[in-house]
Amino acid sequence: MSTVGTGSNDKCKIGVYVCHCGINISSKVDVSKTVRFAAKLPHVTVSREYKFMCADPGQDLIQQDIRDGRINRAVVASCSPLMHEPTFRNTMAEAGGNPFLFQMANIREHVSWVTLDNTAATEKAMSLISAAVERVVFHQPLMPNRVPVHPDVLVVGGGIAGIHAALTLADAGQKVYLVEREPSIGGHMAKFDKTFPTLDCSACILTPKMSAVRAHSNITLWSYSEVIGVDGFVGNFKVRVRRKPRYIIEERCVGCLDCIEACIYKSGKVPDEFNEGLVKRKPVYIPFPQATPLVAVIDAKTCIGIRTGKCKMTCIDACERDAIDLNQSEEINEIEVGAIILATGFKTFNAKRIYRYGYGKYSNIYTSLELERMVNAAGPTGGEITLKNGQKPKAVGIVHCVGSRDNKTNKYCSKVCCMYSLKLAHLIKERTGAEVYNFYIDMRTPGKGYEEFYDRLLEENVHFIRGRVAEITDWVMTPEEEGKLVIRAEDTLVGVVRRVPVDMVVLSVGLEPQPDAEDVGRLFNISCTREGWFLERHPKLAPVSTFTDGIFLAGACQGPKDIPDSVAQAGAAAAEALALIDRGYVVLEPNTAYVQDELCSGCKTCIDLCPYGAISFDDEKDTAKVNGALCKGCGTCVASCPSGSLQQYLFTDDQIFSEIKGVILYA
Amino acid sequence: MPERNDIERFFDPKIVAFFCNWCTYTAADLAGTARMTYAPNVRVIRIMCSGRLDPQFVLSAFREGADGILIGGCHPGDCHYQEGNYQALRRFILLKRLIHAFGIEKERIRLEWIAASEGDKVQRVINEMTETVRRLGPLDLEPITKKVIDYMSVTHHEMVSISHRGSS
Ligand SMILES: Cc1cc2nc3c(=O)[nH]c(=O)nc-3n(C[C@H](O)[C@H](O)[C@H](O)COP(=O)(O)OP(=O)(O)OC[C@H]3O[C@@H](n4cnc5c(N)ncnc54)[C@H](O)[C@@H]3O)c2cc1C
Ligand code: SF4
Ligand code: SF4
Ligand code: FES
Repeated sequence: MSTVGTGSNDKCKIGVYVCHCGINISSKVDVSKTVRFAAKLPHVTVSREYKFMCADPGQDLIQQDIRDGRINRAVVASCSPLMHEPTFRNTMAEAGGNPFLFQMANIREHVSWVTLDNTAATEKAMSLISAAVERVVFHQPLMPNRVPVHPDVLVVGGGIAGIHAALTLADAGQKVYLVEREPSIGGHMAKFDKTFPTLDCSACILTPKMSAVRAHSNITLWSYSEVIGVDGFVGNFKVRVRRKPRYIIEERCVGCLDCIEACIYKSGKVPDEFNEGLVKRKPVYIPFPQATPLVAVIDAKTCIGIRTGKCKMTCIDACERDAIDLNQSEEINEIEVGAIILATGFKTFNAKRIYRYGYGKYSNIYTSLELERMVNAAGPTGGEITLKNGQKPKAVGIVHCVGSRDNKTNKYCSKVCCMYSLKLAHLIKERTGAEVYNFYIDMRTPGKGYEEFYDRLLEENVHFIRGRVAEITDWVMTPEEEGKLVIRAEDTLVGVVRRVPVDMVVLSVGLEPQPDAEDVGRLFNISCTREGWFLERHPKLAPVSTFTDGIFLAGACQGPKDIPDSVAQAGAAAAEALALIDRGYVVLEPNTAYVQDELCSGCKTCIDLCPYGAISFDDEKDTAKVNGALCKGCGTCVASCPSGSLQQYLFTDDQIFSEIKGVILYA
Repeated sequence: MPERNDIERFFDPKIVAFFCNWCTYTAADLAGTARMTYAPNVRVIRIMCSGRLDPQFVLSAFREGADGILIGGCHPGDCHYQEGNYQALRRFILLKRLIHAFGIEKERIRLEWIAASEGDKVQRVINEMTETVRRLGPLDLEPITKKVIDYMSVTHHEMVSISHRGSS
């Protein structure tokens, strides 16, 4: 560790601290050179280097310099401010300095990690350091803004992730709103018969949790509802929820099914969404026997009573509890919450997109999700796996990676398909005794008990063929293939092209983001990855946080995930929300805009520009005025003010001009 | 075709970038985490939103000696503050006309929408921008242009003193 001091006695005394970050920075940047360089910059009184500035001894260096009166402002040249700015501001404050008389120079993410040449990296680091030094001169001492946190939490999406998060919070005593857009909570898990790798019955482990949601006094469950507006900020969100009309008065309905029985349609008329369209349902229905809430719903698009008014409305007469109201209209509820957990899950890949696999063209080709319904004892076939002609299949092919690990569709691995394909292979074998052929690219079974499950399947004499399926066709070449579907694939272990005739094909479709994920992201002001998964704040260290404080992620909306991982993440998200609420307040970045009255010409340019209506006009003083509680600190108004009257704390014109100067002067 | 002259070969342009905190700055961090190497010529200045970009920042950067300016914000519709990037776009179009009037090539400023997940786009855009500006050569501002910019970029400090002078 070396120290260079210039001994300047100016009022502004800047300490510069350059971090090696182990060798992450020092292997590219000549740190000692930058330290010597910084020592000569105006107002710099101390210039030091250290292996890990963020570690205690590193922070101690700053604190000691503050306590000894050597510095009153600091520049740390290390990693990204998005990473450690809060850490070092805290360091300043703890030693009695003002946390905002501080600036970071990002010489890791923006320099040492992205620059090939050492000399160029050192020069770039020096120019960023000089910019930070120039800038920090103009920093003002500020007070962080503390605002109380509303203790209620909103959970969006009632799959296993949302359910688990809601229950965890409710059990901790927090009031939770759970908003689910389908008529029932449960998500994908409610559709499965068994779950890998333990093969425990999905309903047996999910139903108790769904009932607990319904019964919990701390949970307000709004099914068939959607969030339509989000305002405010961490600790103080104002959310608008649209409750779609279900044409059934929820409080009166007891789920007796009398209305469904009485509907003028004697049998189903519309594809049943819950059963993946394998059967049809009536316009009035309850999606599945364990639906929560157990309340009927009428589909306005197909109900003749609602559409035309010309129906005998036998349902109304049948309902002893007068629960049916065909004139119901939507309801908008406004709530205030301190934190939000998004758990909106995934959708499955549309198998029709891979034309060569013949889905929708040949009968007896099913998606995995359809098969999940078919093997389910409560499903449309009562758990029987049958062909269209009613017979049991003698041979079944399962095609892995449909819409995954494929440059033409989705590049990523959907993570759960290998495992659920094994599960389905086991169930098919158990129920039908058929020969089962799994076509896979690589077998991916990391997880507790997962590889063991694969071993078990090998012992059950399920066939495994390593190779991506080229095509599924009914074009036969031999008498044995007559009347069968032929799966053609290169067996890459043996090096031959195989044609495997089967009666039934299961396409193991991958997981994709919800089609409206981008819109939902926008609504909640969070980002998506290129594919459309919600973006976490940090892939390793903040996996359930987002870049918008107070909004957390749980489950498959963040990326493909199995149930154990979804539940673990939901618990983590609930804990993060609790930590926020438990603290009771949030510290807001004091980066709001302010008007310098003496400069304001009263032109009102800024007023309409603010997306949050934070600027008003003071008629008496004839100047604009910013409401600090509404301003979110974008700075758009500041850039528009022709008189230079509007400024933004932490991003004043002076600060940015000096940064520009610093960056160029010493480049 | 003339030979690539020495200036073009050895000229190392200085480029100043203004990246919004929520998308493009984050993307630049991601490029770093993923160790995507790129030309060392761009210096990034973080602003909360591309809407904070005062046209004077750009002029003053040219005045101080920048050879090119890169502006990065969230994709349309994705701005963390709803519509700051639309303001940035409007100002950018204006800026292009303005610098053209000053005799500065339009290619010396560039606006890009780069989402938080697009580290590779940061890499590509910075490399392209560096090449473009390298080909254009150093920016040589006319003395009169410098004067005009100086006149335009009266910082608010000076404004304060002017207004105080005016009121006394
Ligand atoms: C065929 C198949 C078989 C599988 N088998 C297994 C298995 O055996 N074991 C295992 O561990 N994993 C299995 N998985 C993975 C499992 O489905 C997921 O891990 C799990 O469903 C993720 O739960 P989730 O709550 O994140 O999402 P989801 O189950 O998708 O739930 C999301 C919920 O949010 C609701 N929602 C969506 N958008 C909104 C909105 N904007 N507003 C309000 N609500 C909204 C949805 O309606 C849904 O109820 C399987 C997956 C598939 C496709
Ligand atoms: S734009 Fe500037 S000068 Fe005009 S009203 Fe707003 S603060 Fe005052
Ligand atoms: S900085 Fe942005 S949010 Fe704040 S007053 Fe100005 S325009 Fe509105
Ligand atoms: S926050 Fe990125 S452009 Fe506004």
